[in-house]
Amino acid sequence: MNCDFPRTTLHGYLDGELDATRSAEFERHLENCRECANSLASEESLRSALQHAGLYEHAPVALRKKIRAELQAAAAPHAALGIPLWRRVAVAAAILIVTGVSWYAWPRLGPTPPSAGFTAAEMIDAHIRSLQPGHLTDIASTDQHTVKPWFTGKLDYAPPVKDYSDEGFPLIGGRLDALAGRSVAVLVYTRRKHIINVFVLPTKEPDTPIHPPGLRQGYQWYHWRHQGMEYCAVSDVSASDLHELAQLLYQ
Amino acid sequence: MSGSVQGRNSEVVDVQDRARFEQIVLPHLDAAFNLARWLLKSRTDSEDVAQEALLRAFRFFRGFNGGDARAWLLQIVRNTCYTWLEKNRPVELMTEFDEELHPQSSGSPEALAIAGDNRERLVRALETLPPRFREVLVLRELEGCSYKEIATITAIPIGTVMSSLARARQRLQRALTHASAQEASREL
Repeated sequence: MNCDFPRTTLHGYLDGELDATRSAEFERHLENCRECANSLASEESLRSALQHAGLYEHAPVALRKKIRAELQAAAAPHAALGIPLWRRVAVAAAILIVTGVSWYAWPRLGPTPPSAGFTAAEMIDAHIRSLQPGHLTDIASTDQHTVKPWFTGKLDYAPPVKDYSDEGFPLIGGRLDALAGRSVAVLVYTRRKHIINVFVLPTKEPDTPIHPPGLRQGYQWYHWRHQGMEYCAVSDVSASDLHELAQLLYQ
Repeated sequence: MSGSVQGRNSEVVDVQDRARFEQIVLPHLDAAFNLARWLLKSRTDSEDVAQEALLRAFRFFRGFNGGDARAWLLQIVRNTCYTWLEKNRPVELMTEFDEELHPQSSGSPEALAIAGDNRERLVRALETLPPRFREVLVLRELEGCSYKEIATITAIPIGTVMSSLARARQRLQRALTHASAQEASREL
């Protein structure tokens, strides 16, 4: 090896883990170093093989059921005393009401998407489904004035719709999707050929800042609440790009 | 308000805990199963170990102080897997330092594209790697974890994550090109 760049730099670059200065430095180096350019091409082809071979193994449905049943048993150590589950739930309900914790808020404790009335898994599933051919948009238009009225009559709320072409996030359309059994509006943006789905639904919860990103199966999301709407932006673009769009939407 | 909060008895907290656990931690069951499957190289064993890890996580749940639930769960899954391996397949944990015997440059992108074109071959190549290399690759390429998250999950410093990933990829390339060379010579 004649190249004196440490190998980890190449991998940090590949994984998007270098800061802007080091990344630019490495890009300049790539122009003159055949060895690094070749290695990078090999690593990229290896990564694409790994990510497209369907190697991710999902948990069997039966396992999920079995664990739920076990949790139920583990969470009810007093079952042996003969207190039926409905009574314990009733006690829980009564005390929650007394303590002023509303039923509405109760299942929403905890950090991002799980607090959103739908789970991260449902949202990522919806995102992946939308990437199948023909599923991305119900209304394909780059005009916010076409997309916004399209939702009217299809939903009991009006999601704010805005195009951000000038900022590098062109709106390409919208669709209706289902999350946790209800219809929600989805705005579809792109960023350098990557698709960004923004789920928008009404909420009675107070505004929040943009929460730290979540990550699952290679997709990132940002979640926040603003002016009576709950937003979740999901994509495989870099976290910084996605955050930029989140900030635009937050304004 | 505080008086009535104190009035909650333990069984109520259990019901609440379970609801929170099902919302915050259980959605990461796929991630848990996937990591276990790649560490143990068996779906059946992974079902048992993932179940054990989830129940263990539930017992520790009150100690979970918010933050990244997936990383928290994967830490527990990983520990459960290693304990299982130590007990059932200790040999696999010992074959970690036989590398760098045949240093060679990485394969050409074309050769790799062909070698990586086959799911079976990729699976076999991944499974020849020592667990500590396999896990960083799985966390990075299949689970999409950042270096920082991998460091948290595997309890190794971030610098070591970087060097492990570099070596893991190099070894995987070698295993793939080696396998395809073998197949080619068999076909002749």
